[in-house]
Amino acid sequence: MTKGFVSGVVSNMVTLAVDGPVLQGEICYIQTGGDRLMAEVIKIIGKDVYVQVFESTRGLKVGSEAEFTGHMLEIQLGPGMLSKNYDGLQNDLDKMEGVFLKRGVYTEPLDCERLWDFTPTAKPGDVVQESDWLGNVEENHQPLKIMVPFQLKGKATVKSIVPAGQYKIHDVIAVLTDEKGNEVNVDMVQHWPVKFAMTNYAEKPRPFKLMETGVRTIDTFNPIVEGGTGFIPGPFGTGKTVLQHAISKQAEADIVIMAACGERANEVVEIFSEFPELIDPHTGRKLMERTIIVANTSNMPVAAREASVYTAMTMAEYYRSMGLRVLLMADSTSRWAQALREMSNRMEELPGPDAFPMDLGALISNFYGRAGYVKLRNGQVGSVTFLGTVSPAGGNLKEPVTENTKKVARCFYALEQDRADKKRYPAVNPIESYSKYLEYPEFADYMANRINDEWIPKVMKLKTRMQRGKEIYEQINILGDDGVPVDYHVTYWKSEVIDYVILQQDAFDAVDSVTPMNRQEEILNLVTEICDKDDYQFDNFLDVTDYFKKLINLCKQMNYSTFESDQYYEFKKQVQEML
Amino acid sequence: MDEVMATAFQKVYTKISQITKATCSLKAKGVGYDELALINGKLAQVVKISGEDVTLQVFEGTSGIPTNAEVVFMGKSPSLKVSEQLAGRFFNAYGQPIDGGPAIEGKEVEIGGPSVNPVRRKQPSELIATGIAGIDLNNSLVSGQKIPFFADPDQPFNEVMALVALRAKADKIILGGMGMTNDDYYFFKNTFSEAGALDRIIAFMNTTEDPAVERLLIPDMALAAAEYFAVEKNETVLVLLTDMTSYADSLSIVSNRMDQIPSKDSMPGSLYSDLAKIYEKAVQFPESVGGGSITIIAVTTLSGGDITHAVPDNTGYITEGQLYLRRDTDTGKVIVDPFRSLSRLKQLVAGKKTRKDHAQVMNAAIRLYADAANAKTKLENGFDLTDYDNRCLKFAYDYADKLLAIDVNLNTVEMLDVTWSLLRKYFKLEEVNIKKELTDEYWGEA
Repeated sequence: MTKGFVSGVVSNMVTLAVDGPVLQGEICYIQTGGDRLMAEVIKIIGKDVYVQVFESTRGLKVGSEAEFTGHMLEIQLGPGMLSKNYDGLQNDLDKMEGVFLKRGVYTEPLDCERLWDFTPTAKPGDVVQESDWLGNVEENHQPLKIMVPFQLKGKATVKSIVPAGQYKIHDVIAVLTDEKGNEVNVDMVQHWPVKFAMTNYAEKPRPFKLMETGVRTIDTFNPIVEGGTGFIPGPFGTGKTVLQHAISKQAEADIVIMAACGERANEVVEIFSEFPELIDPHTGRKLMERTIIVANTSNMPVAAREASVYTAMTMAEYYRSMGLRVLLMADSTSRWAQALREMSNRMEELPGPDAFPMDLGALISNFYGRAGYVKLRNGQVGSVTFLGTVSPAGGNLKEPVTENTKKVARCFYALEQDRADKKRYPAVNPIESYSKYLEYPEFADYMANRINDEWIPKVMKLKTRMQRGKEIYEQINILGDDGVPVDYHVTYWKSEVIDYVILQQDAFDAVDSVTPMNRQEEILNLVTEICDKDDYQFDNFLDVTDYFKKLINLCKQMNYSTFESDQYYEFKKQVQEML
Repeated sequence: MDEVMATAFQKVYTKISQITKATCSLKAKGVGYDELALINGKLAQVVKISGEDVTLQVFEGTSGIPTNAEVVFMGKSPSLKVSEQLAGRFFNAYGQPIDGGPAIEGKEVEIGGPSVNPVRRKQPSELIATGIAGIDLNNSLVSGQKIPFFADPDQPFNEVMALVALRAKADKIILGGMGMTNDDYYFFKNTFSEAGALDRIIAFMNTTEDPAVERLLIPDMALAAAEYFAVEKNETVLVLLTDMTSYADSLSIVSNRMDQIPSKDSMPGSLYSDLAKIYEKAVQFPESVGGGSITIIAVTTLSGGDITHAVPDNTGYITEGQLYLRRDTDTGKVIVDPFRSLSRLKQLVAGKKTRKDHAQVMNAAIRLYADAANAKTKLENGFDLTDYDNRCLKFAYDYADKLLAIDVNLNTVEMLDVTWSLLRKYFKLEEVNIKKELTDEYWGEA
């Protein structure tokens, strides 16, 4: 293997003089004072190779030796990843000793000794190709597939496959004969370079299936679909993380992967401590069983932060190849972009807008492009739904990360300072935000089947009412309460009903935090009834305010009550009486 | 510096090839990244190595350094000697005593050490009671949290911070002063001394009289001391950092001298990571590793209240909330602004370590206070106020006077009771939008 020697150091960018061929993106290990520091090649000029080190370079000296590995940054994929806590380079954080993260310590991502119940589904003589399913292993009640190695070229024939039984991940479970007649041993572990998208599917049609999140402002107003993409920009303090956590707890997905990319450690700790206790509302099992955390918090080395989103995406694609529905959340993609900026700056590249690298837009769109709803070659379907948060500098949405993300993500959930200040949570602005999926005819058909064909027209009507309500609010602010006709107040208060009853939701209340679709349908119908009623009789605007405040209070009490409980019907009756 | 001189026995270099305002470059061999050096007795640190060319950042500035200055590399990065002897002492940015006392004996630790493994942290869950309702009621602080005051330079943030530090039941209070005026330095010293808390205080001071670049060492020094007491002595440590904007300004000076391409507001592109490394030292350890904690309360001064500037903006994304002070024009008192202030960890204690009505009562009061702000706008625009508007305004006055003002000192139960009494006084039950279950219990006979 190629060797190199350190010839320069600036922060975590190190220059190496090498003696042989080097891959762009290759991984090498630099020796320093007994530690082995992992690094990735980012630029090559003649004999000078620039690498970004995934650790602190403190004490590193000129002349230190580096050893290349011959492969790019890749991760191991196999049974045993669910409910694990990894860092951005897939080190198992729980296996690390001590309170502090020691430099140069790398841990095995998978458990090599654990026995798994394997059931073959392929048989000798079957002709297979890369990613085809050979058998099943169950992990945390998820039916995982053991697949033909992703790197296999062309077709191969199954020569032998082990009978059902207990095996370790590195046991040979099948032997294949490839086109050239070579034997290929297959175990349960796949390797994949994280920066390459997996394209092991037959086609990637437009996504159309609603992915229920239990968050009304999303499901009812701007739905996201299985295999869809969305992003949540917002200034600090507007509730990005609370919203993301709510979605990850409640979403109708088989696997949830959370990439904590350059964010607060305590937020990750919140997931560590709460998810093992919380119950998945769709299956009744522990949430942690379906969750993988990739944590590269803001104080962890910056180069590994960039790697963390790719690591998480690669894991998601792996499960998608098994026909599972995966939800991937990255908080925050801005931190990833900043990691790119720091490195670009150290390499003294000419900067693009706001000192970000010029190819930022291309990187973002390639990354979002890896999500999607796919048809596998065996006719099954799988999906990776991706939701990223963006932390725009100064809360200004006209900055490169937000603008480039807006070009590729199909759902936009704009968190707004003004709403957050008024404690109208989730602070998703109902007028600025959008879901392109509402315009997909495939989605309309799906919703017509799942709920009814009135659903989307009703939602669109309420959206228009919100818009109208905002216009009137501005007029009232200019002209005064007496300066506008009483029915303007009625229209304004109808939009407030939509806001308070559908859009606002208490993420910390046991009942209100999750609203299943059947309940959302009831709420939508009730709010539509209130809004469509046009024979309200009021003498003056004060009566309007009093009436609607009372109505909103009752509807909110309904939201806080257990669905279809006596209390719920009691409040509902009172609402009906007011109408 | 004599002590470090004596231990340095490496080769002496005497040919400096380049001097800028903050850095010196020379040819040297066997130098480690981040290593310290002495240039004619002035402390410097390696910031760039390229072959034999080594660039050093000189903390005191380079004025007076000749091209033939003696350069000695010390073979170690900045460090601090830690032991119980730190308690009650005042130090400069290098960790040397400035109070006339003896040098500290103890274990030498590198400052700016590694991060805590996130899986070894515990979710913060202990309320830090300050008696200030604007904090305890609306933005409860939790041990292991990191939170700054976003303040204009003329606001009494140092006074409030000293008050919070003394009321919080911390085993140690570590003060990191960056670009602090001499007057403020004496204010802290006197306040803590009068409160009889001097033996719990450790201070690392860089005043406006000291070189600006030196203050880059202050947070790491303060936090190295904090980690010693939290990890090895299992203590509850409160770290006060004031003012982090001065720290960031020094970062930008150094990056500018090193010809780095500046990003927003002439700050270095790595500002987010640089600040995060400091603030993320805040931690709550589980009982299994002793249960110590580090809580950081910092100050970020704003220029003209602009929070979109790179320093407060990046800080806001790192810290667990932020506190704003404001002078309430009606009552004339300084209050903790309920709109813009936020403690992200409050839900970990609100209703759990405090009474169950905490969260809903807090939100209801703030919502009504927002309605009062709207009413005020209406009034200013010359519109007639409704009865509800007038009630909101009266409520807002009492709310600011009896709860938000920083001179209030109540426990959380009293704060909730006062809020209920104000809600009852000015509003109807259906106007407060609180869960029936709670109004049944606390609204009482109106």
